[in-house]
Amino acid sequence: MSVLDVEVKEGVDQETVDAVSKLSGTYKYGWNTDIEMDYAPKGVNPDIVRLISSKNNEPDWMTDWRLSAFERWEGMSIPNWAMLDLAEIDFQDLYYYARPKSMEVKPKSLDEVDPKLLETYKKLGIPLQEQMILAGVEGAEAAPAEGRKVAVDAVFDSVSVGTTFQKELEAAGVIFCSISEAIEKHPELVKKYLGTVVPPSDNFYATLNSAVFSDGSFVYVPPGVRCPMELSTYFRINAENTGQFERTLIIADKGSYVSYLEGCTAPKRDVAQLHAAVVEIIVEEDAEVKYSTVQNWYPGDEEGKGGIYNFVTKRADCRGDRAKVMWTQVETGSAVTWKYPSCILRGDDSQGEFYSIAITNNMQQADTGTKMVHLGKNTKSRIVSKGISAGKAQNTYRGLVSMHPKAKNSRNYTQCDSLLIGSDCGAHTVPYIEVKNNSSRVEHEATTSKVDDDQLFYCRQRGMDEEEAVALVVNGFCKDVLQALPMEFAMEAQALVAISLEGSVG
Amino acid sequence: MALPKVKADATEARLAGLTLPDTVSDARQSALARVSAMGLPHNRDEYWRFTNPRTLVQPEAPLAEVPAVDGAPLWDDVDRVRIVFVDGVFNAERSDDLKAAGLEIAQLSDALSADISWAKDLYGTLEARGQKPVDRPFAALNTAMATEGVAIRATAKAEKPVNLIYERESQSADPLLHTLIKVDSGAEMTVLETGAGGARFSSVIEVDVGEGGAFHHVRDQGRDHERRVLTHCFAQVAAKATFKSFTLSVNGALTRNECVIDIRGDDAIAHVAGACVGDGKDFHHDDTIFVTHDAVNCESRQVFKKVLRNGATGVFQGKILVKAGAQKTDGYQISQSLMLDDDSQFLAKPELEIYADDVACSHGSTSGAIDETALFYLQSRGVPRKQATDLLTLAFLAESLQEIEDDTLAEALRDRLAGWLERHATV
Repeated sequence: MSVLDVEVKEGVDQETVDAVSKLSGTYKYGWNTDIEMDYAPKGVNPDIVRLISSKNNEPDWMTDWRLSAFERWEGMSIPNWAMLDLAEIDFQDLYYYARPKSMEVKPKSLDEVDPKLLETYKKLGIPLQEQMILAGVEGAEAAPAEGRKVAVDAVFDSVSVGTTFQKELEAAGVIFCSISEAIEKHPELVKKYLGTVVPPSDNFYATLNSAVFSDGSFVYVPPGVRCPMELSTYFRINAENTGQFERTLIIADKGSYVSYLEGCTAPKRDVAQLHAAVVEIIVEEDAEVKYSTVQNWYPGDEEGKGGIYNFVTKRADCRGDRAKVMWTQVETGSAVTWKYPSCILRGDDSQGEFYSIAITNNMQQADTGTKMVHLGKNTKSRIVSKGISAGKAQNTYRGLVSMHPKAKNSRNYTQCDSLLIGSDCGAHTVPYIEVKNNSSRVEHEATTSKVDDDQLFYCRQRGMDEEEAVALVVNGFCKDVLQALPMEFAMEAQALVAISLEGSVG
Repeated sequence: MALPKVKADATEARLAGLTLPDTVSDARQSALARVSAMGLPHNRDEYWRFTNPRTLVQPEAPLAEVPAVDGAPLWDDVDRVRIVFVDGVFNAERSDDLKAAGLEIAQLSDALSADISWAKDLYGTLEARGQKPVDRPFAALNTAMATEGVAIRATAKAEKPVNLIYERESQSADPLLHTLIKVDSGAEMTVLETGAGGARFSSVIEVDVGEGGAFHHVRDQGRDHERRVLTHCFAQVAAKATFKSFTLSVNGALTRNECVIDIRGDDAIAHVAGACVGDGKDFHHDDTIFVTHDAVNCESRQVFKKVLRNGATGVFQGKILVKAGAQKTDGYQISQSLMLDDDSQFLAKPELEIYADDVACSHGSTSGAIDETALFYLQSRGVPRKQATDLLTLAFLAESLQEIEDDTLAEALRDRLAGWLERHATV
């Protein structure tokens, strides 16, 4: 990787440089599936909105919901506050709906799905057969059979190709299907929850998504149910000049638990492509949701040509007391990332956590972070963000921690570190802190690279030599994030272990 | 892009009451053009999200009662050159002779109309440069309209500090002061500022610190409850030079201190610090700092501490910008608030923007109540709760006071803080 043949400052680990180059250097998923597609005409207008709605066989209320969002969107302008240098996006020069021809009639089971599509996912390492072991995951064979199952919803351009393990999930009472199917089969749930966390008026991209979202995943976990397996959605953009707008809605009812994974890739194209998703999570009393993302969209080439523009609105609403949500993200792809997975901590004693590793290389730009809005008493949040910039990339952490006057005895801890590899890139931190009561404690710190003496002493005292102790303490860096990643992301995790933020700038 | 109508109208209304003075007309004209182009801010502007600028924008200053009891004089035992402004107007009678070894001091109007070329060159220059990347329209307004102020040049190590004293007699005074400071290569000086200055006081200080020079600035913004104040300090710091500024704010309805520091020479040092104590819903205090590193091996520190109670609001917006090539930068930024009761609020945006890889920048921001364990410890040693609270509060503020190099000056401010705590029983 030539771009990373740079002189790094003293103290920066060579292993880290190699790992960053491996993770973000060559794009493995850049191939294209040659498949016949159906497109809606280019551009967006009320007719396209109606067309998307009718393709999904939606009821009138849904169509109206989309149309009112579209009307609102027309009056909005592109937000420009992020530290991103964007080429102008022509929203009328995109396909808003692209579907493989073979999906015209929805396959009833995975056996009926076009083998070409199945082949695509197989090549990506995502098994659509209900097999238990994920390709390429070392050590997975040793795990107990029950723990290895992952139900997958595969989204290809604008449509969901299929969802695995539906029967087994049904037996547990869990609904896991594409959102188009949910609108058809569970309209009462969709109507009750859709747009209540991210309202259609939320922001430019979320409003556009509300108007034109084509598919996505829907999860409902009934009260007291611990979802028997990991759920996962895999997004693939394949068609050219296509925008992908998916919508995910996850509802964890009282006392339930679910872990959800999301992966995304796209082929190499010279022209930048748009991806504007919305994820809404509702967490009721005593429920817990873990949401993990490995975002690996095509980042563009070394000159910044092509790549995915990733504008995503993700938000979780802890409605009940003791609700808990955890966001984990590993961001290595996309030409542009604009993404702030947030937690609204409404219920008393609710908890929000955000763990992020963002790696940018070449001409990539990332402006990402989180919002923790503390409304309930005794709410807790923790933010750990690690940004790594190489090549000519710009990496920004942007976050908000807000303590409402009524959020007594709440607690936030934020830690964000950044590392620059080479002298042509940039790393930025833009935290907002708003504290409106005094019984809450808020701490924001960017740790420097110095190894903690107490920790070292403790390790030495346990018989480690100094070198071992330093390695242990320093490599502890990524563990915060890695521990939160489900095993299915072990491949990425293995690469991340090599990264340390020794030599970070602030 | 054209200004939104609401901004254009407000700006026009504010300018209507002012006339452009005729000295340094080029600098004033271009400053006026900047104001018209930027427009005065409103509370939806990102840079003003935590502080509502309404009372600063409106044409007339809101009336502010002149406090019945004058604050105890500060630094009375310090030998200094006193320059007194009453309601923003220079008062020769109450001032000392504008003379001290190592210093050249002139009133602003004299400096700008006489042939003092450094003053003319400096006037509005740093302010204009400080408009990027963030608009500071009030500073441009000051450059366009201010006639009062002083121009001070240090040619060697100054024999004694200069004390700008801002007295206040009218409840409607709305002065604009502009101060120019040039520290020659290898020279050193201290500027003290005391007093509230007006019902609504706008001050711009432009400081040019030459190679190896040192500039010390210590400011006490007075005990005045109802005054509003907006200050801007623009500094450029040359190689091996030192810039240090400390501000103490006690009370006041609205305070916004903007400090824009441009480190342009290698091995330079710039420290900005502040302590504020505020009581009541009508206290709003904002420190907005922007430090740019554009040279190698420089050090910058921002240390801000706020003690808040009874619904007081503290704001900190700090930024360290490290430009490409500014290697070996050591940047530090800490903003902390101590909230003595449940109604107060602390709003902060501690920002970093870094384009060089071999640097260390750390920033921290914390907010919380007094440590109960520490309080308990002191009480268990026989210290009454009130005294223990005061002790811990003073200890909290101490880190910022340590930024003042001269102990005599710092001690007087520490006494002042202790006095404030005494008067504002917390338990």
